[in-house]
Amino acid sequence: MRQSPDVSRRRFLGYVVAGPTLITAARWIDPLATADAQELPRIGAQIAESYDLIDFLRDAARPTANLITVTVEDDGTVSFELHRTEVGQGINTAIAMIIAEEMDVPLSQVRITQADARPELLFNQLTGGSNSIYTIYDPVRIAAAVARQRLLDAAAIALGSAGAELGILDGVIRAPDGSSLGFGELARDASSQVTEAVDVQPKRERPRIVGTPQNRIDARAMVTGELRYTGDLVVPDALPTMVARPPTHLGRPVRLRNEAAVLAVPGVTHVALVESGVAVRARTFGQCIDALQVIDVEWAPGPAAGMSDESVQAALADAELPQVVPDTGALTPLGIPSPVQTRDFSFTFAFQPNCPLETNPCVADVRTDRAEIWGPMKNPVVAQQDIASALGLPQDAVTVHVVQGGGSFGRDLFWDAAREAALVSQAMGVPVKLSWTRTDDFRQGRAHPACRSSIRITRSETDIVSYAQHHTSVNTDFGHGLGEIITARADELPGGLGGMGFSQTVFMLTQYVPYDFGAVEQLLAETLPAPGEIETNVFRTGSMRNIYSPNVVTARELAIDQVAAEVGRDPLELRLSTLRDARSVAVLEKVAEAGSWGREMPAGTAQGLGFHSEYKGRAACLIEIDCRPETVSRTVPTAAYAYTGPRVTRAIYAVDVGLTINPRGLEAQMLGGMMDGIANCLSFSLHLVDGGFAEDSWEHAYYTRQWNVPFETQVFILDSSSQPGGAGEFGVAASMAATANAYARATGSMPTSFPINHGMPLAESIVPQGAIPQSPTDGLGRR
Amino acid sequence: MPVQKFMVNGQRVEVDVEDDVRLLWVLRDLLDITGPKYGCGLSICQSCTSLVNGKAFNPCSVPVGQLRPSDEVVTIEGLADAVDGDGLHPVQEVWLEEDVAQCGFCQPGQIMAAVDLIQTLLADGRRDVTEAELDSLRNVCRCGTYPRVRTAIRRALAVMAETPVFVRGAQR
Repeated sequence: MRQSPDVSRRRFLGYVVAGPTLITAARWIDPLATADAQELPRIGAQIAESYDLIDFLRDAARPTANLITVTVEDDGTVSFELHRTEVGQGINTAIAMIIAEEMDVPLSQVRITQADARPELLFNQLTGGSNSIYTIYDPVRIAAAVARQRLLDAAAIALGSAGAELGILDGVIRAPDGSSLGFGELARDASSQVTEAVDVQPKRERPRIVGTPQNRIDARAMVTGELRYTGDLVVPDALPTMVARPPTHLGRPVRLRNEAAVLAVPGVTHVALVESGVAVRARTFGQCIDALQVIDVEWAPGPAAGMSDESVQAALADAELPQVVPDTGALTPLGIPSPVQTRDFSFTFAFQPNCPLETNPCVADVRTDRAEIWGPMKNPVVAQQDIASALGLPQDAVTVHVVQGGGSFGRDLFWDAAREAALVSQAMGVPVKLSWTRTDDFRQGRAHPACRSSIRITRSETDIVSYAQHHTSVNTDFGHGLGEIITARADELPGGLGGMGFSQTVFMLTQYVPYDFGAVEQLLAETLPAPGEIETNVFRTGSMRNIYSPNVVTARELAIDQVAAEVGRDPLELRLSTLRDARSVAVLEKVAEAGSWGREMPAGTAQGLGFHSEYKGRAACLIEIDCRPETVSRTVPTAAYAYTGPRVTRAIYAVDVGLTINPRGLEAQMLGGMMDGIANCLSFSLHLVDGGFAEDSWEHAYYTRQWNVPFETQVFILDSSSQPGGAGEFGVAASMAATANAYARATGSMPTSFPINHGMPLAESIVPQGAIPQSPTDGLGRR
Repeated sequence: MPVQKFMVNGQRVEVDVEDDVRLLWVLRDLLDITGPKYGCGLSICQSCTSLVNGKAFNPCSVPVGQLRPSDEVVTIEGLADAVDGDGLHPVQEVWLEEDVAQCGFCQPGQIMAAVDLIQTLLADGRRDVTEAELDSLRNVCRCGTYPRVRTAIRRALAVMAETPVFVRGAQR
């Protein structure tokens, strides 16, 4: 059982907001509330150790925290329009739990909906960087505490009882004499005609809901098919629309050569050339796909024309910053073996698709003087600004409705589909329901940038005394509005960050070495485009779940294992003896113990470890992998195309995110993160061939499938504080690293290129660039 | 334009649409039955998996003209009513208890594929499922719910082995 967290004794200021029913909000501008920020950094500390990305995002959200309101409806429902986007990470459920906890209402009585784009929130409507719970926990708790206090005050008058004598159970306030009133009956009495400030103290007793495993509040709608995603919405006259796209990544349409033939395809109503391609609107999506079979467009090549994986990796190698720690050489000047030796490592990582299963849908209804947009957007305010600008409308004429997303993994940080749908609707003069095809999503969607990570380690005898990691990446597009935060806040950042580019800021706020390795340095360089080279990106990139960490951490953990082997130290012992704090040691010891680290295993199979700290948390993973030929070459009778390869047979994860709101949801995030980590290490990538990404479907892009899933998975949750950290991305890096280390130990050969199967020849069945595969017709036969 | 006649979720439907339009779009775009999802349209991702005459299939890969008037399609929306008893289908119940779904987008297809696998095992008199049989499921889940899918199928099989439940038309 988890321990009762040390709930803060601090008092907070909140507001009762003027309105016909009870509406409350938090005041939340004290930036010194975090314990970490008050600690003195140790000499040589990296910035992210004491102030990281989620601190940054939280501080950016503080000035507008009071614009977030909890409302008590007259039927007793407590409703909250969440200014974050549910995409599977369980944020709706976690926020409902925090409200239910503070107000003593049943979880089922809390209703969470996604807020429309609210430009007045400025930097406080961004879902990413695992910041949501960390940022929203206090404001929601304070607003709910104000509501609770107001309801108690109103009940004291109505029931003629002193406030201290009243109790709340399941949304009903009871007096000692047995009389009672529900929240709904009190909501009007508790409301205020003017907005007034209220001093409040959140609950201090042992939590009853927060910290207990709860199932998702939206699960029933999911398993019955009732939940409507963007592509399921019914908006009058918004007919299915798809877009013919260029044969190179980010190519441009020049002209449509056969408009009449496209319009003659049964069901087609409209065709229009827009900036990204040629859009076709039809009665059904199937008829859009039919039209894409006949459409003939003249294309201009994209900015990556002629580029390949090889040329990109060569450009990355050229852009890499040189190591400054001297190479001591193996021998001293006197010719004897040097006690101090340097060791160099380089690892390369291919492009990866951050495709969710949902294929970039958006509904747009653009009129001459206004527009209405529906989509799964994690950055709706910037989307609204950009779309308004593209349409030539004032920002307040564009309404952006945020719809629960079918996965994101970073994809929905961008509004590519929303901008496109808006432009198509404007060009056609009718509403559209846009969907990308699956093939579009791989080839023209967002990619995690290809990168390389080089490490120089200096060891003295058996100890690591310096560690330098130079990470070089294709430019990561952070053009999703965080840039505005930088502009606003760069000067206030600690550590002299002011003036740096946004990628550098994110890198420095997320990466640090958690081990005592003496002199430590981690640097980022980016290219394609090189800084200042050209304005537009060569590739449509973006953050994929956990941004830089899976690559940076995997490189680091592999290098540590190699050095340990070379000096005859156990990889677990080396890590435990150099990790800086008890929380780190605890998670690593947990997986080592649960996984029986060091147990005898057959040749061709092995264990591997990975450790990762970020988001105020600590995570460790132990992987067991089977690389024996009979396993690697196994087949799946139902899927002739299946990529099988090495099998992770067992995956054990231990995570400490501080205060856990929902252990069940956190476990789900870690399980999913492990599936990502396994795929990142072994199989999931995009191949850049002649300026275009080759992968066309899940048949050829090898994300983890059932035939790759470990037979045994375990997640241990170690709580350690009263403040929640970040969780949504925290399962990926340690599991990717552990898989890589297990593979190295099983095969006796350290992998240096990821994913490990990236060098495999491409399948001949991949469809040509520019083509969209037609749906099969043998579905009744193959069942 | 031809009139397509078939059964869906217990209802007889008639739809005016060309023979070659895949059933997925007839369901989603014309009949507003949106539980079956588009994840690839290529019979790969399995997120549209539904049942026809009790057996799993991919509506994205069936021209609607191939359906006979007597063919009954069951989508996730009709699953609970396609079996005896009140409430949800036992697989849906277990899916809730195990909290399988994350974003939920692939889950209608996951559930329908699980129903089909369990029905097949039960028809063979089986009360257990092998790792290889679980490996044979093709449904993509980009959230990585696979471990909980495996757990849920094992549990649902145990439940249904006690009280067998078959969708209308399924082979027993």
